[in-house]
Amino acid sequence: MSRRSDTRSVLPLQLAAAVVAVGSFAYTASNPLPEGILGAGVVFGIFIALGEILRVTLPGGRQAAPLAAAGSLAFALLPSFKGVPLPGVAFAVTVVTLASIVGSLPRVFVGRGIHLDEVSQRVLMTATAAALIAPWPELLNHGELADLSDVLKSNIQLIVMVVAGALAGLLEIALAAATRANEARMPFSVALVDELRAMIGITTAVTATGVLMALAASKSMDYWALPVFAVPMLLTQFSFRRYSSIEATYLQTIRALSKVTEVGGYTESGHARRVSVLSSRIGSELGMTERELTDLEYAALMHDIGQLAWPDPFPGGATSLIAPVHQRRIAELGAEVVRQSGALDSVALIVERQADSYRPGPGLPDESLPLASRIIKVANAYDDAVGASLDMERMQYSLDRLTGATDREYDPAVVDALARIVDRRFEQSYS
Amino acid sequence: MRDFPLRTRVFIAAVIVAGLLGIIACLIHTAHAPDVFLRFGYIAALALLVFASEAFSAALARSVATREGVSISVTMPIAMASVIILGPWGAPLVTAVVALEPRRTPWFKRCFNGSMNVLSTLGAAWTYALLHAQLSSDHQIQVFPSLTSMDFRPSSVLIPMLAATLVHEVINGALMVTVLALAERVSPWRIWFGTMAESALPLFIYSIFGLMLAVVWLTISPLAGVLVLAPLMVARWVFSMFSARQEAYESTIRSLIQAVETKDAYTRGHSERVSRASVMIGRSAGMREDRVSSLRYAGMLHDVGKLGVPTRILQKSGKLTDEEFDAIKMHPTRGREITKDLEFLGEAVEGILLHHERMDGRGYPNGLKGDEIPEFARILSVADAFDSMTTTRSYRGARSVEEAMDELRRCKDTQFDAGFVEALVAAVTRDGWDVVDTTNQVTPSGSAPAMGSDDDDPTASSELGLGLATPVDHAALDAFMSEIVRDGGIHGLPTGDKGSTP
Repeated sequence: MSRRSDTRSVLPLQLAAAVVAVGSFAYTASNPLPEGILGAGVVFGIFIALGEILRVTLPGGRQAAPLAAAGSLAFALLPSFKGVPLPGVAFAVTVVTLASIVGSLPRVFVGRGIHLDEVSQRVLMTATAAALIAPWPELLNHGELADLSDVLKSNIQLIVMVVAGALAGLLEIALAAATRANEARMPFSVALVDELRAMIGITTAVTATGVLMALAASKSMDYWALPVFAVPMLLTQFSFRRYSSIEATYLQTIRALSKVTEVGGYTESGHARRVSVLSSRIGSELGMTERELTDLEYAALMHDIGQLAWPDPFPGGATSLIAPVHQRRIAELGAEVVRQSGALDSVALIVERQADSYRPGPGLPDESLPLASRIIKVANAYDDAVGASLDMERMQYSLDRLTGATDREYDPAVVDALARIVDRRFEQSYS
Repeated sequence: MRDFPLRTRVFIAAVIVAGLLGIIACLIHTAHAPDVFLRFGYIAALALLVFASEAFSAALARSVATREGVSISVTMPIAMASVIILGPWGAPLVTAVVALEPRRTPWFKRCFNGSMNVLSTLGAAWTYALLHAQLSSDHQIQVFPSLTSMDFRPSSVLIPMLAATLVHEVINGALMVTVLALAERVSPWRIWFGTMAESALPLFIYSIFGLMLAVVWLTISPLAGVLVLAPLMVARWVFSMFSARQEAYESTIRSLIQAVETKDAYTRGHSERVSRASVMIGRSAGMREDRVSSLRYAGMLHDVGKLGVPTRILQKSGKLTDEEFDAIKMHPTRGREITKDLEFLGEAVEGILLHHERMDGRGYPNGLKGDEIPEFARILSVADAFDSMTTTRSYRGARSVEEAMDELRRCKDTQFDAGFVEALVAAVTRDGWDVVDTTNQVTPSGSAPAMGSDDDDPTASSELGLGLATPVDHAALDAFMSEIVRDGGIHGLPTGDKGSTP
């Protein structure tokens, strides 16, 4: 379960997964399987491969295959099948790896690549879960716990499976966060918070379903456990699908409606879009979380909405060039519009304070000023001066002017971040 | 409780007494059942789950702060599992716990909710027991189902489970509808169809989950039962986030549209009303619900391009010059420019572009004729004209709804599509139309800064023409209804707080 990322450079994650998978293949190939276990492997494998096809988009554009994940976890935790104990970690990893690859083939055929990160994470998750429960059958049947009553034993087994599944799920989240931190060059802690927020719901459902499938399949339901317990998972998946679709529509709508100021001649064409893109870049550069970035993007898109209430457009719509008292009035009016929607209060606050100076008087900065507002102020001023132009002298000139005003108007850290982004743009255009 | 009329109070009291009698009967019978300790243990465990699920829903309602449409109840599957596990004399004791829900609810509502649940569970459990006996091999009615071995063949549990869930919903619904009808003096059928129409899918979901919980509870372990509820709770959580998002979404569009409308004092609330009239026409003409929903957005956004028209022209009271009229004529094109990237709008974008076309081809921007004009544009055109006529404009006063409908009929085939005019007339005749007088609409100012060019004008306050003169009792009924459907069916009296106060 990772962000949209197709075949990229080989990372430690993929390497670790490859080592585990190859080791498991070798072990499985050289050791005979117990009677009847191959059948279980094939059926679970088919289920995982089908689950790999039934994917869902989670909030934040993350891709996941919850049914495949639940099937993998179930097979990793499966204590026995039709009375025959499972042979252990290597076989589980082998089945999950092969099934995930087979399930990805349709994507490969239509040229969309394999979710290599996700498959790697799943392989490691499976290995972890299987390894965590491996010592328990021995303990329960022959070890110190062998004397306990059957009811107690089966509850201990259940708790062990839940804990193993949960730990494996957390590992998977941490691996996804590491992948993302590496890709987006952000701090691991921030990526972990984002990933936990986005994945905790689906991971809970996957863990519960995986444990149930394993228990029911080993007890009495055999193969039936898979389709039966897939039903709740499908409901969860459906609810996530609806949620991400409305999220996407929301963003799309705000983007479209942010054009109203442009169509009305209040701002230059593309201004709101450019300010939002630039603000988001600065925000990630400064290590904002996904949630903060979303608010920032909305606020940046709507930062000029307040101008609609102004009787006449300003020349060129350059709000950074008008009197500060007017800038503030526009910010307030805009915040009022946003606040009226009743749902975006944090965004309204950002819009409201976008025109405030970094240092209200000589000396200390204003602590209450949200970082997002400071970012929009800088991005707005930069875009007012540069616009869609690619003229590097102009970029450098306006950057210098922003830097010159960091003693009062602008946050030096934000301007620095902007400078780094602009530098990178220079490098790209040279190379 | 004193807010309710006498007949309602009598009814509520009767239900509470019946519920109490039910609980006493259940307690007496269960005390004489086999495995009495294990049975009461299971009752306590399941009741705890019900309590936890109610607390979970209450927490969601508080944190997400929304009126949800159809959602999923986590309590229902537990109730249905209790029916299987504990039988007719045990299950009602589990659902009675609903009365203890952790919300700030008046005592009589709690008692009524608890009693209602006891009675419907009693009905559901007997339905299950009788049908299960019919379908099982020994035809034995299991008043106290065995807690160790049970007949779980799909052929003998599926149909009884579905029937039991249905009975539960029907009893619950009937009691709820009666109390609402008594309190609000509305036709019980209206409420019934308003809330029950969408509960077919939840019904199926509850049966399946209830069955799954019971099977896992009895064959694996009660502890594993909790795992069955986990995906459901996650789904419930995501659904309420979805509802909150959806609501945020619509109110955001609305407030942005209002920002646009501030440019012209006379068009306040116009988009909202055109949206409403378009929906009425669409429904009346028998359109599919997804198209109607698209139509709603089309109505809301149809004038968004007016932003490009200078305020001076929009607010001019005299006759417009040709240039000024040309500037106004640009607004559908600009509207299309703004909305064209919105995938979900679909055909609505063309509707926005062409809503000023006329059937005789004398409209703008393209001068299309008759059937060349897409349906959405024809509907918007009728709705737009209807609202313009019934509200005050700078150049004339408002006309009555009857006058406006006569005028629309007079202009059909030249300006408007005859079919959609008749659809509007039929809908307005049936459901009525709330006329708003925009000139006298003084909204509370002070809290919100003025949005117009004149900061001191209270009528230019930012709280714009949303006050679609909705009669008070309708608003109350709507609030009631949204409370009821919150849990995907009729499950309880509205709780005191509307779930919006943290």
